[in-house]
Amino acid sequence: MSSDVLLEVSGLTTLLGDAARPVRVADAIDLEIRRGETFVLLGESGCGKSMTALSLMRLLPPSGRVTAGTVRLAGTDLLRLTEAEMRGVRGGRMAMIFQEPQTSLNPVMSVGEQIAEAVRVHEGGSRDRTPARVVELMRAVGIPDPARRVDEYPHQLSGGMKQRIMIAMALAGDPQLLIADEPTTALDVTIQAQVLRLLKDLQEKTGMAVLLITHDLGVVAETADRLAVMYAGQILETATTEAFFAAPAHPYSRKLMESLPGADKRSARLAVIPGRVPHLDQTFVGCRFAERCYAVMPQCRDQAPVWRDLPSGQGVRCHLWDQGGAQPEGLTRALRDPVAGPDAALEDAPDPEAAVDSRLQVRDLRVHFPIHDGVFRRVVGHVRAVDGLTFDLTPGRTLALVGESGCGKTTAGKGILQLTTPTGGSIRYRGEELVGLGHRRMRPFRKDLQIIFQDPYAAMNPRMLVGDLIGEGLHALGIERSRAGRMRRVVELLDLVGMDSDAVERYPHEFSGGQRQRICIARALAVEPKLIVCDEPTSALDVSVQAQILNLLKDLQDRLGLAYLFITHDISVVAYLAHEVAVMYLGRVVERGRVDEILDDPRHPYTRALLSAVPVIDPEKRRTVTRLAGDMPSPSNPPSGCYFHPRCPDAVAACALSYPQEARLSKTRLVHCLRV
Amino acid sequence: MPVMPVVLWTDGLVFLLLALIGAFVLHASRHEHMRAPWRRVVRSRVGVATIVVLGFYVVVGLLDTVHFRLALDRQGDGSAETRYSPEVLSLLDLALSGLRERQEKTYSAPFATHLFVKEAIEQPDGTLVRDFPRLEYGGAHLEDPARQRGFDIAWRAAWGALQGLVIWVVLATGILWLIARSRGETPAATRAVILAGRTPTPWRTALAMLGIMLLLSAVAGELALKYHILGTDKVGEDVFYQTLKSIRTGLLIGTLTTLVMLPAAVLLGIMAGYFRGWVDDVIQYLYTTLNSIPGVLLIAAAILLLQVYMSNHADDFASLVERADLRLLFLVLILGVTSWTGLCRLLRGEALKLREVDYVQASTALGVGHFTLIGRHILPNVMHIVLITLVLDFSGLVLAEAVLSYINIGVDPTMNSWGNMINSARLELARDPVVWWSLTAAFIFMFALVLAANLFADVVRDAFDPRLKGAR
Repeated sequence: MSSDVLLEVSGLTTLLGDAARPVRVADAIDLEIRRGETFVLLGESGCGKSMTALSLMRLLPPSGRVTAGTVRLAGTDLLRLTEAEMRGVRGGRMAMIFQEPQTSLNPVMSVGEQIAEAVRVHEGGSRDRTPARVVELMRAVGIPDPARRVDEYPHQLSGGMKQRIMIAMALAGDPQLLIADEPTTALDVTIQAQVLRLLKDLQEKTGMAVLLITHDLGVVAETADRLAVMYAGQILETATTEAFFAAPAHPYSRKLMESLPGADKRSARLAVIPGRVPHLDQTFVGCRFAERCYAVMPQCRDQAPVWRDLPSGQGVRCHLWDQGGAQPEGLTRALRDPVAGPDAALEDAPDPEAAVDSRLQVRDLRVHFPIHDGVFRRVVGHVRAVDGLTFDLTPGRTLALVGESGCGKTTAGKGILQLTTPTGGSIRYRGEELVGLGHRRMRPFRKDLQIIFQDPYAAMNPRMLVGDLIGEGLHALGIERSRAGRMRRVVELLDLVGMDSDAVERYPHEFSGGQRQRICIARALAVEPKLIVCDEPTSALDVSVQAQILNLLKDLQDRLGLAYLFITHDISVVAYLAHEVAVMYLGRVVERGRVDEILDDPRHPYTRALLSAVPVIDPEKRRTVTRLAGDMPSPSNPPSGCYFHPRCPDAVAACALSYPQEARLSKTRLVHCLRV
Repeated sequence: MPVMPVVLWTDGLVFLLLALIGAFVLHASRHEHMRAPWRRVVRSRVGVATIVVLGFYVVVGLLDTVHFRLALDRQGDGSAETRYSPEVLSLLDLALSGLRERQEKTYSAPFATHLFVKEAIEQPDGTLVRDFPRLEYGGAHLEDPARQRGFDIAWRAAWGALQGLVIWVVLATGILWLIARSRGETPAATRAVILAGRTPTPWRTALAMLGIMLLLSAVAGELALKYHILGTDKVGEDVFYQTLKSIRTGLLIGTLTTLVMLPAAVLLGIMAGYFRGWVDDVIQYLYTTLNSIPGVLLIAAAILLLQVYMSNHADDFASLVERADLRLLFLVLILGVTSWTGLCRLLRGEALKLREVDYVQASTALGVGHFTLIGRHILPNVMHIVLITLVLDFSGLVLAEAVLSYINIGVDPTMNSWGNMINSARLELARDPVVWWSLTAAFIFMFALVLAANLFADVVRDAFDPRLKGAR
């Protein structure tokens, strides 16, 4: 064992739940983290990543217990410490930050106090120095004007700032190891880039090791030195980052990588891992991935694979490597080279005159929410959630509405369907104006315009059967009046989205996230719409499930000629699915054009910053991150002139004067920027 | 026909309530998401024990709800039509006719054989002696009360207990047989499982509770044949009879009030939250205004109004019972008017939250009409709140009746109710020796009901609380 190993975990087994049917969330985990390195634990949700981290910190929920194994932090066996000794280690030698900074901070204490609390615990004694140390820590995590921010409360800070505060608290004890559990999942890409950069910088400065838990391969590629892939409570593969992305050794890792959407996969279907992560309360006989593996062999089902160290320095748990030696052929068998070359669909730019009558035309759409204040609830201002949105959408095409959270893209989607009443502008569908139509007069259009939501768990009434849920639209719009006829249609629809007909008699909670999203799609399709607003339909799903849904959406578009208004913040999904892109910032579109134009040659500084912040796997394709100063301003009080100018790296004095007119760069391309 | 059924206003409402409960049960039994929480209720030991206790109260209350007038004995040949007694009786009255008719002169203590006050008694030799006279009925069968009473009470209690035991054994065997049949086992095997407490529904607790209640009822019933087990009141009426008659009043106030307030609370609450805008404003102003008027004032005003009406139209009421019933109905109505605001406010908040939920938005996008949407998506998802509130409110309303009757704006003074019992016993608390039994009897019966209802409410609340799902 080399002396630079900081954390050594061997045989760690953690059980959760009652003794009769325990859930084995971590099963014989072996890990080594060296000083100063970033080690990533990668896996889908429900694989036991977070529970493993909590086992290391000994912060398991009450029903959890570590039943075997050792955890050595620089020689100290953490599992043998008393709780009192362990408290000294937590936050001292080992600190942790969580996914949701919102809930990790106490809302009634100022952030300064909360950091000071952490400082006092670990430094004791010198109380006079505490305030200075707090300011120092806040400066270290890149909070501007820390002396003033000390007295602010969590709700006054943005998400990124809150995560920085959490990091500052974690740093208070000068930890040797920082465990970060999905620290950027709840943040926007530009903020994510800032936080990841900050972690890197801190690591260089202090020499601490970071154990990063994530499901995002892009984040892994950009930050990790080494990584471990976790699946169903086991580690399937460990490797250095370069080796991993060059040649993943385990079929699961391969599939995971292939299921990522991207521009180079446009014309092909995404690789799909069938099935779902198995429940961890069973006893596994063979390989845990065997059910979903494309290269499954007979011995996979009845013999658990053993851990193998490969010559390349990787370690893997797979029968394919039993013969030893070079790359086993089974591994590459099912791999499909993504078909490179021009995308046919992209090329035939739609004839703008052809489908005029079935086109959705949005002109200068505005959705403002009044802000009431005072005794008489007078309107004192407006939140300009959507402030002038213009686009056309033709049948069979996909327009991606891209932007960070709070830019008004969801409101825009709901505004188009009149779920939120627009305050201005015009939406014309088949030449008829939709804005201002009441509940009843909107009904004829409901059949054509549908929506799919982000959270498949909230999108279905938990007290209705799936059959009734899908049939609701058929009933409400009077398309299929008899119940028997409705149920026949429902079965057809379930078949269309790839589900069994026995789902009709079941409740939504009996299905997994991906299946629920399919049901939601079936519900939207029931009324045979022409246009579907997809509001981040895959952001709540795992990568492998996301691939299934994206494939389904693409198939449906090809077969039914649907138009999608695809609302997302995920650029790789945009690259895979969209024909056109509109980038939104603070309620307005800053740049609009064909997907290849925007992604390959962004013109607006915001688009450029947004794209550069997206983590990319291939190091050659990586751009230098354009760091944006600060956060998005409040839509209730947008800056003068160009909304983006306070954060814009290229801003000039003229930018603050008036909002830039649209500059037409080509037949399909629009930019709102003075400097283009 | 020997009887003429009489359906009082409140009786009708009770039957309506029963029909609604029946419909709800039928509906709930078809939907797994509604059955599951109730299954949790009947699987909790506190749940089944309180259900048994509440069941006894409900049976007494229902027996007291079936009213009729008995046919009078035909005098001579008379006319062809039957004449009915002006007195309205209930099944309970009939069952307790012994208790009802055995009236003493005035106060007597529980199990007493003599009156509570001295009277001038004319001796056989014509002299007058001031002493406690023997009761006309209580312990009248004893020749030497001082010596025989203790033994007689013990013997009758034991005999009563034996009867209770026999009834319990018969019932328990029947239940056991039914369970065994549904489980497909022999009765002996089922008995072993129940005794070990391993059935999903805690039958052991349920049967034990049933045994205790049956034993108590049988002992009380046997003793009540010969004694006034809870004494008599000022006019010599049996207090045990009064408390049993009061059960109906208490239950009615607790349940009918909710029936009255439910439509307003649910409809207005959901409408306010769902439609927002001016609808919300109007409904909010309505309930904030109503809430800011002290409830007691409103109740007093309404009851006084009714009293004036009744004294001006005395001819409209065929009997005292009908008068009292109308007053009870009014009390229920006015309590309903003052108590719907709390639930309404809760439901408004919930509907505000639900209208923004994705599945409601999806329905709107599918063109579902407003009222269909409310009925299909919002109402089923607030039902648990309605249920929890109703069960929690019940005990509060029973207590409210007692308080209101105590300050004379409750039910009619001629109507049996715990509040009236307390009210009439209040003055006697000052005398020495104290007349304590009216108060104690009302207290015990009310306490048992409210305690059972509160425990039951707790169980229901836990069963319906999504955050506690799977916590135990």
